[in-house]
Amino acid sequence: MSTPLSLRSFSYWAYQYKRTWRSSLTSSFLNPVLFLAAMGVGLGSLVNKNAPSAARLGGVSYLTFLAPGLLAASAMQIAAQEATYPVHGAVKWLRTYHAMLATPLRVVDVLVGHLAWIAVRLLLVASMFTAVMAAFGSVRSWGVLAAIPAAVLTGMAFGAPIAAFAVGRESDSAFAPMFRFLVVPMFLFSGTFFPVSQLPAVLRPVAYVTPLWHGVDLCRSLALGRAGAVRSLLHVAYLLAWVAAGTAAGMRSFRRTLVT
Amino acid sequence: MTPDVAPLIYARGLTKRFTDFVAVDGVDFEVARGEAFGFLGPNGAGKSSTMRMIGCVSPVTSGTLRILGMDPAADGARIRARLGVVPQDDTLDLELTVRENLLIYGRYFDLPRRVIRERTEQLLAFANLSERGDDRVEPLSGGMKRRLTIARSLINEPEVLLLDEPTTGLDPQARHVLWDRLYRLKADGVTLVLTTHYMDEAEQLCDRLVVMDKGRIAACGSPRQLIEEHATREVLELRFDRADNAVIAEKLTGLAGRTEVLPDRLLLYTDDGDRALAEVGARGLEPDSVLVRRSTLEDVFLRLTGRTLVD
Repeated sequence: MSTPLSLRSFSYWAYQYKRTWRSSLTSSFLNPVLFLAAMGVGLGSLVNKNAPSAARLGGVSYLTFLAPGLLAASAMQIAAQEATYPVHGAVKWLRTYHAMLATPLRVVDVLVGHLAWIAVRLLLVASMFTAVMAAFGSVRSWGVLAAIPAAVLTGMAFGAPIAAFAVGRESDSAFAPMFRFLVVPMFLFSGTFFPVSQLPAVLRPVAYVTPLWHGVDLCRSLALGRAGAVRSLLHVAYLLAWVAAGTAAGMRSFRRTLVT
Repeated sequence: MTPDVAPLIYARGLTKRFTDFVAVDGVDFEVARGEAFGFLGPNGAGKSSTMRMIGCVSPVTSGTLRILGMDPAADGARIRARLGVVPQDDTLDLELTVRENLLIYGRYFDLPRRVIRERTEQLLAFANLSERGDDRVEPLSGGMKRRLTIARSLINEPEVLLLDEPTTGLDPQARHVLWDRLYRLKADGVTLVLTTHYMDEAEQLCDRLVVMDKGRIAACGSPRQLIEEHATREVLELRFDRADNAVIAEKLTGLAGRTEVLPDRLLLYTDDGDRALAEVGARGLEPDSVLVRRSTLEDVFLRLTGRTLVD
């Protein structure tokens, strides 16, 4: 039996990861350690002293509130990185996609293989993050294991549409503003560090539209063992819709860029 | 048609249109098995667009194209599995080693690792890269990278090898090494299809070629045939250091089939260069330097596509 075509492009990305896996895994470990220590423990010690705040956080410590939200937000950040420069480079710098398309691989295999690799990267990052959460003693329920695939899904809700955007860019100059004006504001204001209910009323609907809020709420409720079935399914459906729309857009933009 | 005589590549009215221009304008050609076939033409003639359609990475706008008897629109992946492609710009992974590049590429064809390992050693020897197998690609010279690209394109033992400007940008030594490798492939029965704007390359490598200009085929045949049809047997080149070449050309009227006046010299296209030269002397002209040479493909090429610079 022959290897599925998209698995062949996936295996390229997995193979080249050996170039950077050490630094990549180190940062996937250090990142949650630093954030949970500074924000969760340090800042959290102040937050926890304030009884009304503790109530708004759902009666858990700030660290316990923050950690699963940060898990989702980190997945978004990693996905955004993996779907910009590597995708752009595979068109313009190393021209990896062009090399693949001279072989039996088709555009759909190039796209699906790369997205699958991003998902695996997210799985590694989310697993590492969860292990760090456990080390910090912020795990409250076995539901945290379900938060890992939820974080992968959250990341892919960004990875797929961002890859669709990145493939057709003539230069990498669009990526820095994208991080500055979209990724970072979402990271800060989509419920990761404080509940969206703290936002001014006019801004709350904006937060609810972002895929990140859905990812944060899903990961948090799962990790705390408080996930409601309907609410969780709605989150999953919303995130899946972004993955599907992003992949469909990717099919169009990959084809437009690579098949001329 | 039996498989033995059916052309490996068959094109009729092949056309590639982009939004604002026509890159390939209804060309017809056939490539037979075992042949070395060339597309010769200036930049922008449509060579690379034709190659990309044959490589099944660029959809045909209109016309018929069959490769290995299949239609690229329906069977692109199956055709590509049997092609080797050397693109105009290398697509090597610069961060990986030479061997790893072959491994990665072989995996795209789903070759078992054992087969890739065996072929890698043969191909590295063939490409004169055995010593560099475990080195990263990035610091290799241009010629080495080009040889690696060719080695990589052979990993699936292709029936047809497509080479888009295989030696552009290489120094003379590197070009000759590459030509030597391509000869060997041809001797092994691999069908070669290449584009070039080097006449010597076309003359050395191609059994048959087409001259393309502005998306159309201007001429077709073996290098010898093209020279016979579109040029004279010999060319007499005359240089006059202190004289107006146009004035001198007047005095040469009727001496050759065609006279071309260039800023630095005069070209007389004739079947007998020595006799024409004697006649030049008889007309009282004393050129500062003289060259009688055989016509080359370059003369044909410039005749067909003009001397105007194409950018």
